[in-house]
Amino acid sequence: MTRFWTRLVVVLTVLTGLNYIAWRWMSSLNWDAWWIALPLVAAETYSLIDVMLFGMTVWNLKIRKGAPEPPHDATVDVFITTYNEDLDMVLTTALAAQKIRHPHSTWILDDGARPELKALCEQHGLGYVTRSEDWTKDLPRHAKAGNLNNALMVTDGEFLLILDADQIPEPDILEKTLGYFNNRRVALVQTPQYFSNVPASDPLGSQAPLFYGPIQQGKDGWNAAFFCGSNAILRREALMQLGLVGYVKETEKSIRRALAASRAAIRQARKSTDIDSPLVAEVLDEVEAATREAQQEVDAGQPLAEVTYRVRRRVDAAVQTLVQADVAALQADLEEIAAMELAHVGESGVPVVADDAVQRMSARDWSPLGALESVQAVLDALTVERTGEAQPVMPLATISVTEDMATAMRMHAMGWESVYHHEILAYGLAPEDLKTMLTQRLRWAQGTIQVLLRENPLVQKGLKLGQRLMYFATMWTYLSGFAAVIYFAAPIIYLLLGILPVSSLSWDFFIRFIPFMVVNQLLFAVAGRGIPTWRGQQYSLALFPTWIKACTTAARNVWFGRPLGFAVTPKARQTGGPSWSLIRPQIVVSVLLAVAAVVGIIRLATGLAEPLGTLVNVIWVVFDLVVMSILVRAVLYKGYEPAAEPATREES
Amino acid sequence: MEFSYEVKDSYAEVKADGRLNMVSAPKLREFVTDVIAGGSNRIVVNLENTAFMDSSGLGALIGCLKAARQAGGDLRIAAVQPQVNMVLKLTSMDKVLTAYTTAEEAFGND
Repeated sequence: MTRFWTRLVVVLTVLTGLNYIAWRWMSSLNWDAWWIALPLVAAETYSLIDVMLFGMTVWNLKIRKGAPEPPHDATVDVFITTYNEDLDMVLTTALAAQKIRHPHSTWILDDGARPELKALCEQHGLGYVTRSEDWTKDLPRHAKAGNLNNALMVTDGEFLLILDADQIPEPDILEKTLGYFNNRRVALVQTPQYFSNVPASDPLGSQAPLFYGPIQQGKDGWNAAFFCGSNAILRREALMQLGLVGYVKETEKSIRRALAASRAAIRQARKSTDIDSPLVAEVLDEVEAATREAQQEVDAGQPLAEVTYRVRRRVDAAVQTLVQADVAALQADLEEIAAMELAHVGESGVPVVADDAVQRMSARDWSPLGALESVQAVLDALTVERTGEAQPVMPLATISVTEDMATAMRMHAMGWESVYHHEILAYGLAPEDLKTMLTQRLRWAQGTIQVLLRENPLVQKGLKLGQRLMYFATMWTYLSGFAAVIYFAAPIIYLLLGILPVSSLSWDFFIRFIPFMVVNQLLFAVAGRGIPTWRGQQYSLALFPTWIKACTTAARNVWFGRPLGFAVTPKARQTGGPSWSLIRPQIVVSVLLAVAAVVGIIRLATGLAEPLGTLVNVIWVVFDLVVMSILVRAVLYKGYEPAAEPATREES
Repeated sequence: MEFSYEVKDSYAEVKADGRLNMVSAPKLREFVTDVIAGGSNRIVVNLENTAFMDSSGLGALIGCLKAARQAGGDLRIAAVQPQVNMVLKLTSMDKVLTAYTTAEEAFGND
């Protein structure tokens, strides 16, 4: 029955929304002030699309009745990932994980390689994993994804429960979830992330009841519930398949790239005036012939390992000929010197360079071809060993700092299914200060935008339309920072300058806008079934600088290879009271809004502005300020005090 | 690769800094030939900054030795680095070219 009402409200939202936005585009734009009119209507269109995607999400809300009986012989590895967290916290989580009832092995994946933690693991009979020797300094580490990929190579459980170091699991977490894997196509079961150190008022917006609720349940309905990094169980087979497919794809890509680059490299080597020896020209000819043939073989779908091996053999033979020629010339010189009898050339006549010396001088590290660096680089890249990575098989995606979402999307693209199990089975710790919270949100947003830019779900092969839109919906919400700026700017511009982005605030406007707004709020109420969504709405607007920074840094990272971290959240004052500097842009905007409201009222009083426009915009300003007000509480928040009332899920 | 030379009391010291490979080997030959043509037939190639040598580099060294001998002089090497030393040993060229510790020592006794 709820489903019927939800769908009814979704339909109404879409109808009223399209009705409003169509009117806005077609007959309400104030072209005299196009510079604000167009951005505003674009922002409103963005928001409508956001709401429609939300509507689509909750359209298929899946409320699961619990998993069937799990197979008793299912083997499970519990992975607790840590880097620099407090050892007490890691151990508390690990000991709770040890007490999970279904048979399993518990492993601490210590990316910090701390000897104290290793000792604690030995003492408590916990598995302890650090990066293998393959992860040398010059190779990318891939943070948490790398940590998990490393551990996958030294463990063997059929299923993996992934826990962040602070997520204390319930003993029945596996009994409640493993049964879903009786369906052979299920690769992932995600459970909610819930934080036990958050007061009811949730000043930092740590709980995500809308996400770990209707949104994931809705995505589940489209078989698109995704992995959120912790409190989830994964099927090893699916991960390994992902790793192998990824390996083949990456290898073919890098070989094709190397072959494409080989022509330019050879041309460049030929042109270089330094080399005029005919022998070198012959080697280059041979390299060119070998790469050309390899290109044809790759295009014909021949096994990459064999193609690259043949190239190597041919080039090696050519290099050996070159070395042999050098040696022959050298030997001839020695003979001449001996013939001159000007001096003796050694006790036992002219020394002869042995064959194995020629072999050694032809090997990759001493080869004369090394002098032609670009050619050597191309040949080095013609390999199936994936030399740029610590391990050839990388099951968890490494294209983003949020490896979880990227991994889930690839699983779905390969036809695997996922489950969202809506029951809190682990209790974590949320950041207790604004600075940490902002850094965390920035990383999530950056990671999501990285996935959007690197593997846009709308064009991924293998995903169904519903799945594409579900992934896209999450990414779309992270673009809200740009819309927020326009929503703040529009009332300021009206109240200060009297410029209205709509042609008139008439009956035509209200008759279309108010029903949409009402139905829109109703949708959140019906879909949310009474869960608090206001805090989330506040932060989606109030953190606009974070969202914008995430988009710009992620774009720079994906398109120009710039590191993400160069724009980290500014350092808060460690001591000496609240760190207002963290929200400087928001303070500036709030002051502007307040000043604009005062100026607007003065303009009204002096007859410079009309009453209706002023009223609407002052209400708008008040709404914006109420939204922003959460940041004051966030800055003043001094951390969780356990003595206070326990966190509940009521509206605050 | 960078070459330089300095005429000392009884010999000319040639320095070859960088990687003595297929690309730079012909240049070494040219450089040493010029030094010999300039009147020095006793040459010390100081290899203290030669980190690498391949078969072409080795060929060039022997070629320079021949040129020095033809001019009635000799060519010696000094301050050999590990990789170059390995190449000399592997190819038995250490029997032809004695590696002296320093350039001063190379013609120290004659």
